[in-house]
Amino acid sequence: MSETAEHTGHHIDVKQFHPRAQAAIHNPKIRKNFRSAMDGLMSKRKTAFEGWDLETLRDLGANVRLRALANLPDLLEQLEKKLTENGIKVHWAVDGDEACRIVRDICKARDAKTVIKGKSMVSEEMELNHYLEEQGIEALESDLGEYIVQLADETPSHIIMPAIHKNTGEISQLLHDKTGTDLSNDVEYLTASARLQLREKFMNADVGVSGVNFAVAETGTLCLVENEGNGRMTTTVPKCHIAVTGIEKVVPSMEDVSALLALLTRSATGQHITTYFNMISGPRKAEELDGPEEVHLVLVDNGRSSIYQDDELLDTLRCIRCGACMNHCPVYTRVGGHAYGTTYPGPIGKILMPHLIGLDEGRHLPSASSLCGACGEVCPVKIPIPDLLVRLRQESVDGDKLHPAKVRGHGAKRSSMEAMIWKGWAWMHASPGIYRFGTGAASKFRVLQPSKAGAWTDYRTAPKLAAKTLHQRMKERGQ
Amino acid sequence: MSSRETILQRLRNRTGGELTVPECDFSVLVRDDWSIKERIERFEKMIESVHGEVHHCTEDMWMDRLAEVLNTRGARNLLIPKQHEIGRALRDAGRDDLPELLIYDEPIESWQAHLFNEVDASITSTRGGIAETGSLILWPNDDEPRLMSLVPPVHIAVLRASELYTTFHEAMQAQNWAAGMPTNALLISGPSKTADIEQTLAYGVHGPKELIVLMIE
Ligand code: SF4
Repeated sequence: MSETAEHTGHHIDVKQFHPRAQAAIHNPKIRKNFRSAMDGLMSKRKTAFEGWDLETLRDLGANVRLRALANLPDLLEQLEKKLTENGIKVHWAVDGDEACRIVRDICKARDAKTVIKGKSMVSEEMELNHYLEEQGIEALESDLGEYIVQLADETPSHIIMPAIHKNTGEISQLLHDKTGTDLSNDVEYLTASARLQLREKFMNADVGVSGVNFAVAETGTLCLVENEGNGRMTTTVPKCHIAVTGIEKVVPSMEDVSALLALLTRSATGQHITTYFNMISGPRKAEELDGPEEVHLVLVDNGRSSIYQDDELLDTLRCIRCGACMNHCPVYTRVGGHAYGTTYPGPIGKILMPHLIGLDEGRHLPSASSLCGACGEVCPVKIPIPDLLVRLRQESVDGDKLHPAKVRGHGAKRSSMEAMIWKGWAWMHASPGIYRFGTGAASKFRVLQPSKAGAWTDYRTAPKLAAKTLHQRMKERGQ
Repeated sequence: MSSRETILQRLRNRTGGELTVPECDFSVLVRDDWSIKERIERFEKMIESVHGEVHHCTEDMWMDRLAEVLNTRGARNLLIPKQHEIGRALRDAGRDDLPELLIYDEPIESWQAHLFNEVDASITSTRGGIAETGSLILWPNDDEPRLMSLVPPVHIAVLRASELYTTFHEAMQAQNWAAGMPTNALLISGPSKTADIEQTLAYGVHGPKELIVLMIE
């Protein structure tokens, strides 16, 4: 039996983007929550970069990431060597299922029953919690937002603020129902009671699982960014710490980290820096009195090495997961993170998820954008997100077998109608005679133009063709 | 083939060919040299903006200030380093306006519950600070273990103004971090906090509710 079959997972159907987006748009509470949160984040980001030469800093960020990617295989080997010297055990996983099995095996070897988790988007991508539960291992989220989302049996709706879709009343009700906390609108009280519950869990957990923001090859250091301290608890209190990360997170040196850190937290939440910047370079030494006895790093590929093959798509791997592209995205702000149905929502999700899950599953994602360009303008590592969206749109409808597909599910959204229309459009524009004839005929027979044009006209009036073409008018003006 | 080899081979045999390595110019991270006074001001402003406190002290009176801070909070005890001069000075002072002094000299396993439930405050040294972001640099060790700055609800850190760097970039270069890092190193920039419940800030969610810096000038 294939081991993969054990992993039933908990997927929301990604294909249902449209109905979920509809539902979200008609839900005033979701719209209000996201709107106000995103407005706040946008203005905080702006203030945090005051006094910085932001363009030059973003150039540096982009170059630092590009340099790391250019040397990726060497850096991964250097990282492995250095971590091993430091006493950290390194594992490699081709996909999420393999990564889950590695985590399980480490847990089983320690006879672990409970795992406490710091925030890790890669573990969401792997669907680690459900996997571990199926294996009889309890996995508890400790980031407050993740904890709330887990109690509600939901998934995060924002990569930095997982529970942003809920308001205080809902959270209070949830904590009351699931943990017996008194109902209250006092955020301090709710936070304090979560602290008490989770401290108990930290003390008793057998294993801590965390993500990694940057892995430094030169010194063999795993860097984690956080505000709550749950990441430090997770990586310090249990006897065993397992870090999971995508293979693209490696950088050459701490100097690179200083550039990326300056960009990451300001872009993410408008903070100059997070409360904690935690740098881990080894397990507890003999003379030390706390810290884990064992530290592991699981390097997860899961589609990244395929993206790596293509010059254009490669840019996706620069991402430092700051979330700024979501915060500035007019679509994300209106539909919220859940509409996407993917681990990574918003613009970054649109360019990343098709690679991770294939375009057949994620085919609506590249089109769920107005291509306004805001994401590309704020991205701290200058990923040309709009260009990538256009490219993925092409791939999703493109059935041309001559060009080998880079993205799994290439052509999945292909509708022969759409492909034909674009073909005709290209043909017409390639010849001035045909173009003149075509536009002239369209103006002449404009009364025949339908007043409905699919979903476009559900909320808009259809545009009317002018009586004369632009070329005709220019001619009449003698120009 | 192992997964390791599969992944490395795919990366090595990239269909798009070799990638060019761009130049990285870090000079944008270098700020004009702020004077000590400017660094102190900036540090204070930054750390206060995130709910931390800075107390200006001298070599002679930091202990008085510490006693005040602890008394106003009703701290029943204070976890101190065993070897570091801060810890020694506190023990040698024999003051009666300080609460009970505790030392972290056993592995965590033997007193975890006590540390989590009974310790009210801790004091640690720092390896300097960063003015631009209002950050403290800590390298925990066997004398000041990792959990000392995390578990007690009040964390007091002693910072020498002369060890304030302008930026993180400057600090790591001045201290030559590239030569090797300790098992755990930290930048701490305020008390533990969350905004996960409807964007409302709450402090002390997992770590200390208060961060107090005794800045020795
Ligand atoms: S794509 Fe850019 S803006 Fe979006 S999360 Fe990644 S780094 Fe941030």
